[in-house]
Amino acid sequence: MGWLDWMLLLARIVLTFFMLLFALVIVIWLERKFIADMQTRPGPLRAGPRGVLITLADGMKLFFKESFVPTLADRPVYLIAPILAVVPAFLAFSVIPWGTHVTLFGREIPFQIADLNIGILWVLAMTSMTVYAVVLAGWSSGSNYPLLGSVRSSAQMISYEVGMGLALISVLMFTGHLKMSEIVAGQGGYYWGFVPRWNFIPQFPAFLLYLIAGLAETNRPPFDLPEAESELVAGFHTEYSGWRFAMLYLGEYLNTITVAAIATTLFLGGWRGPHPSFLPWLWPIAWFALKILVIFYVYVWIRGTMPRIRYDRLMAFGWKLLIPLGLFWVLATGTIVLLPGLYGSRGRLVAVGLIVGIGMLLLLAADVLERPRSRSREGASP
Amino acid sequence: MAELIVFWVFAPLAVASGIAMLLQRNAVYSALFLVVNFFALAVFFLMLGAEFLFAVQIIVYAGAIMVLFLFVIMLLGVDREERLVEPIRWQRPLGIFLGVGITAEIFAAVRAGVGFAAKAPGGFALVNQGGNAQAIAKVLFTDYFLPFEITSILLIVAAVAAMVLAHRRRGAVSGPPPAGPARPQPDREAEVAG
Amino acid sequence: MIRLPLVLFFSAVLFSTGVYGVLARRNGVLVLMSIELMLNAVNVNLVAFSQYVRDIGGQVFALFVIAVAAAEVGIGLAIVILIFRNRESINVDEVSLLKW
Repeated sequence: MGWLDWMLLLARIVLTFFMLLFALVIVIWLERKFIADMQTRPGPLRAGPRGVLITLADGMKLFFKESFVPTLADRPVYLIAPILAVVPAFLAFSVIPWGTHVTLFGREIPFQIADLNIGILWVLAMTSMTVYAVVLAGWSSGSNYPLLGSVRSSAQMISYEVGMGLALISVLMFTGHLKMSEIVAGQGGYYWGFVPRWNFIPQFPAFLLYLIAGLAETNRPPFDLPEAESELVAGFHTEYSGWRFAMLYLGEYLNTITVAAIATTLFLGGWRGPHPSFLPWLWPIAWFALKILVIFYVYVWIRGTMPRIRYDRLMAFGWKLLIPLGLFWVLATGTIVLLPGLYGSRGRLVAVGLIVGIGMLLLLAADVLERPRSRSREGASP
Repeated sequence: MAELIVFWVFAPLAVASGIAMLLQRNAVYSALFLVVNFFALAVFFLMLGAEFLFAVQIIVYAGAIMVLFLFVIMLLGVDREERLVEPIRWQRPLGIFLGVGITAEIFAAVRAGVGFAAKAPGGFALVNQGGNAQAIAKVLFTDYFLPFEITSILLIVAAVAAMVLAHRRRGAVSGPPPAGPARPQPDREAEVAG
Repeated sequence: MIRLPLVLFFSAVLFSTGVYGVLARRNGVLVLMSIELMLNAVNVNLVAFSQYVRDIGGQVFALFVIAVAAAEVGIGLAIVILIFRNRESINVDEVSLLKW
């Protein structure tokens, strides 16, 4: 690697960083507009055309506000937590290919900071770090509501990480690659000539599982129990103000963007999409942004329509529904991948039949097992 | 060369965070120092050609096990400080003596075993061909398949055991509420008196 | 390539730190954490030797150690919670009775 390569790497890092910041500004504005639209009100209007600059205005306000440390706070941890919210979110994004490549100085430069061998695992590792920001912010505030929020979030995020991991594993098994670039490469082409060969079609349950677990991982409604304002004031960031609060807030939205970007890369074909032949490097980026926005819109839609669920329901949902579903789907993916290899084209039919049959049996079993218990519980309660 | 730099940056970091973990009175700080330690060790794994273990180390240790520790510490409110004074007077000198002895022994063992100048012969890239994760998977699901299955049984048993041990029956007296960082509790008596 | 003895001494120091923690700390949670430190030191050794003898088996073994450690932490913390519930403290010095 000569100095030019190092400079190009640096340029890529800086470019990705600023793209993310730009995306943040847009995404926060969009969320407010979407949610306003669902609640039939105009939303932010004044800063910039249609209020686009509202995020910048908010950021400026928070930046110039006093950011004080509560007396009872545990000072060093209190100061570190907001930084921990932002850094892993940026790092997780570093393996995501958000475009194809351009040719500059006789080199192919991909729109991706690093194409690690352990691609998905890196993402999983970094997203598992984000829990520290929430837990430590809540604990170090020295106040009861934030602490409750952080205890909730530590349990919630570990639990849903399992579901998320299972969803990712089934994609891994299906594509057979850990590298992000190869996963995107594997999604080229079409089924029957017109349906794009994106993973979310054969892996639809994993896609759903990932989206739901992603909601819980990023503490978004209806799984925003760590910051439930009706119970915990503002949860883990109650005691934060000024730019530290802004960091926590940014970290949350960065995580949302990262989750959407991973879903795009793994399930929606990444930057793939039909495009005209001029400016061949620009269209993939536009496709990528569009897909992220679609997923983001679904998230905002869920936020606008679903009530927050109770904490024990949240845990029960994660452990009793998502994780068994994920395990079942990992097994199902195994049969889909293996049986056609063993029995030829008939194997695919056998695999689908097996999956459907076992799935129905499991549903029946769950129904039978669940019924007497729910009846006795109803009988016991006065 | 690069590896040497990585070693001399992260080895002292790992040792320092390990020692800091022991000397901290506050359990939450100890846990955080241990997280730093695990990160340093993860970088070590990367340096030694074990990318997969790097990811596993961060996901399992830093991401799950340490969060579990933090969860228990916060839930039990045991982050109040702990006395670090040794009750048995001769224990510390004896410990230092034995520690030095073991260090000498390790020196001797390493010298007799591999020699001080031993280096990995290189060519580990050949083992890792096609990706470290793939190489591990190949061995794990063939030669080590039975241990792998037994480990999975062990994990299930552990999960069930943890649930049985920590499960509280309905109607049992609940423990004290979770507590934040160690802080003075001034108004208890005042409230009672008032 | 890094010299093997350097890594070995480093992991030995880490291991001894862990041993000291197990022996000297009284907080049950910290004792468990020190055990984790010891296991990690062993993992470093395993991975270093795996590179030295050019056999991936060492890394597989480290993987098993991590899995077993996860199981151990689960049970250990459950026991700590149980002790705390019974004695309102997790000082391991106070848990000297086999029955009460």
